Amino acid sequence: MDNVRAYIRKMILGTLGLALLVTSGISFHRSRNLKEPVVIGSGVTGVKRLSDYFSGIKDTTNDCNVYFLEGKKEGATIFVLGGTHPEEPAGRLAAWLLAENAVMEQGRLIVVLSASRSASTVTRLSGAYPADFTIPTGWGGQKFRMGDRWTNPLDQWPDPEVYIHYPSGQSLAYVDIRNLNRAWPGRPNGSLTEKTCFALMELIKREKVDILVDLHEAELQYPVISTIVAHEKGQELATLASMMLSDNEGFKIGTEFSPKNLHGLSHREVGDFSNAISLLVEAPEPFLDATRGKTTEETLLTGKDEFVVKAGKHGLLFEKIDQNGWPINVRVGRHTSTVLQIMESWTEDHAERGLICRNVPRYAEVRAKGIGYYLHDPSKADPKRVVYE
Amino acid sequence: MDFVAKLITIIYYCLVAYIAAILLWNLIKTKSWDKEILYIIVLVPFLLRLFRLK
Repeated sequence: MDNVRAYIRKMILGTLGLALLVTSGISFHRSRNLKEPVVIGSGVTGVKRLSDYFSGIKDTTNDCNVYFLEGKKEGATIFVLGGTHPEEPAGRLAAWLLAENAVMEQGRLIVVLSASRSASTVTRLSGAYPADFTIPTGWGGQKFRMGDRWTNPLDQWPDPEVYIHYPSGQSLAYVDIRNLNRAWPGRPNGSLTEKTCFALMELIKREKVDILVDLHEAELQYPVISTIVAHEKGQELATLASMMLSDNEGFKIGTEFSPKNLHGLSHREVGDFSNAISLLVEAPEPFLDATRGKTTEETLLTGKDEFVVKAGKHGLLFEKIDQNGWPINVRVGRHTSTVLQIMESWTEDHAERGLICRNVPRYAEVRAKGIGYYLHDPSKADPKRVVYE
Repeated sequence: MDFVAKLITIIYYCLVAYIAAILLWNLIKTKSWDKEILYIIVLVPFLLRLFRLK
C-alpha cells in the first residue's frame, strides 16, 4: 500500500516538475526566437547581411541585417550601430526609427539594429529581467526582445579565467569576452563576439565609413552618462554636436574623450583601426542601476524608480532623476536628435560631402508623439518590405 | 581556440547529462517526499541546460 502511495506521489510531483520544465522551456524558447519585424522605410535602398563582409559569421546567431540608405546626392557615409548592448533598448529603438523612417538627401546612412544579435536572445542570468517589452502603437503594439549586455552563453561558451583583449593584450573581466563593446577590433579566428567585431570592421573599411555612431544607455551610477564619447579624430565634431544639442534641443549632453589605454571599445578601436571617426552616445537608463527596485517592463519603459531617486538624494548618481524618471521616449529622442545633429555638424564643415537626412523625428517629436507613432504596422506593409531581426 | 571551446562544451554537456541522470535515479529511488521535491527542483535547470533552452 505504501509503495502504491509513493508511486502516486512521485507521479504527481513528476507531473508538476514536467509542467514547470515545459512552461519555462516554452518561455525561454519563445524569448530566444521572438521575431521582430522591421518595415523597411522608403529611404532604404538595400539590405545586406553582416556575413556579406565576413563569411566566418554566416549561419551564426550574430549574422544580422545591415540597412543601406543612399541619398541622391553624393556625400559622406555615416554608420549607426544599435543593439551593441540590447539591454539598453533606446539604442536599438532609435536605430529602428532610422531604418523605418529616414530618407537621405545627401550622403549615405548605414544602420544595424542588432549588432550583438545573440545578446538580444537572452536576458541577464539570475537578473529576473522581463523576457520582452512592448512599445504601444496606433495599431496595437510592437514586441521586442529584452536582451542582455553579453553574447548568449548558448552561442559562445566557455568563458576564460581572464579575458586577454586582442590585439592590445590588456586583461579585462572574464565575462567581457562576450561583450561586443570590449572585443573591437575583433579577429577572424576568435570567439563569436570577436568575429562579429571583425565583420563590422570589415564593413566599416569596405564601405569607407566616415563616422560611426554607437548607441548605448547607462545606469545613473555610472560616470559616463548623458554624453558623447569621442575618439580624438571626432573630438571637434562631438563637441560641436553636444553644444548645439544642449542649446537647441532642451536636453543636456556632454562630451568625453576616449581614453587611449582602455581597449576593446568602439570609440577607441574603430578610430584606431579604420579611417572612421568613432563616437559612442550614452543616454540614462535607471533600469540598469544596481539599487533599482522592481526589474519590470514598466521600470524599463517609464524609467521611474523610487530607489534610484533615493540614491540621487544621497548624491550617489552622475545624472539627475526625479519622480518623472527617464521614459523610453525621452531616451530614444535624445539618440535620434544626437544622430541628426552629428550629421548636421559634419555637414557644416564638409558641405561637398555632407549628410542630409529627413523624416526622422527629433527629441521633442518623439517625446510628444511616442516611439510607437513612428513604427509601422507590418501586417499592412508590402511583405517584400518587411524583414525580421 | 574554437576546438578547445568545443571540446570543453561537449565534456560539459556530458557532465550535465550525467548529473541529470543521477538526479532522476535518486528521484525514483528515494522514499522521502521532501527529497522528491528537492530533486525535481534541482533537475529542472539541468534539463533546461541539456536541451539548450537557457
